Amino acid sequence: MNPQLGQLWVYLAASPLLGLTVTLLAYQGAFWLYRRSGMNPLANPVLIAVAVLVLLLTATGTAYESYFAGAQFVHFLLGPATVALAVPLYTQFRRVRAMLLPVLAGLVSGCITAALSAVLVARLFGASLPTQLSLAPKSVTTPIAMGIAERIGGIPSLTAVLVIVTGILGAVGARWLFDALRLRDPAIRGFAIGIASHGIGTARAFQVSEEAGAFAALAMGLNGVLTALLVPAFAGWLG
Amino acid sequence: MRASLTTLLALQLAGEIVTRSLGLPVPGPVIGMLLLFIALMLRGGPGHELQGTSHGLLQHLSLLFVPAGTGIMAHLHRVADEWLPLLLSLFVSTAATLAVTALVMKLCLRDRAAGEAP
Repeated sequence: MNPQLGQLWVYLAASPLLGLTVTLLAYQGAFWLYRRSGMNPLANPVLIAVAVLVLLLTATGTAYESYFAGAQFVHFLLGPATVALAVPLYTQFRRVRAMLLPVLAGLVSGCITAALSAVLVARLFGASLPTQLSLAPKSVTTPIAMGIAERIGGIPSLTAVLVIVTGILGAVGARWLFDALRLRDPAIRGFAIGIASHGIGTARAFQVSEEAGAFAALAMGLNGVLTALLVPAFAGWLG
Repeated sequence: MRASLTTLLALQLAGEIVTRSLGLPVPGPVIGMLLLFIALMLRGGPGHELQGTSHGLLQHLSLLFVPAGTGIMAHLHRVADEWLPLLLSLFVSTAATLAVTALVMKLCLRDRAAGEAP
């Protein structure tokens, strides 16, 4: 590297501008691919952007900390975005009030199944405790799941990736599972997808029908709240 | 945009203060979300401005996960060591959650339909 270019790199590597710009560029590119694929859940833009950034940082020998010094400005918005989830939750809540009892029963049973089965299967196959704790909130929307992981001693960034993979699994596989179980009601199908695979599943449900999408969005919001209340309360039992 | 962003940040701050001072295990922004939800119930819905701001934030929600998700690079050895329990856990738990949620709801709806029949 010639001296001038070397100096330029030293400046850029130390400035928050580079981490921020690279994050936005990686996401833009990943989103373009996602659209080109016809919004195929397997081409999830977060997964692609993360893979590109990990390769880039590894190839240039950049530490995650110096990247995050810039990327933290994007990361900070997760907090207000989580608060803002109350708006769609409120809109959906009014719409599905008539089905309150089945909705609550599905919510509680789904919430417990999601956290408990994830932890138990991982435990059975010898996963370490931090890994088990990172899996517990895997069915809820990423900002809430990461907050829970941080609180209970999991690894928030591992949780973020597990959440996305869970969302993709649900979005791709739910249709097949529901058909096998002969479940046809779009409200039930949508609600279960929202419980199991949060926003990625909800996006898929909206592609199927407006009704399925509304129930999925409600399920995602309610499950985020209930999991945030239940999982930290019982996480101590795992130790 | 300005007033509604202030509202969101103020509620997040209130949430952080509540969880930390009471020692609650719930993340602060989740408490902020509950506070906003209660406020919306009392006021009968979000104003035009809050609707717009939250829509704007949530429309690009997935972008906001990218910096944290990239943190996985520090834990790749863990994924390499524990890929089998991780994969099995995700597959089994996702399928079980979908099935249990849907079957429980179906059961409740059938009971209700049976109860209403003459």
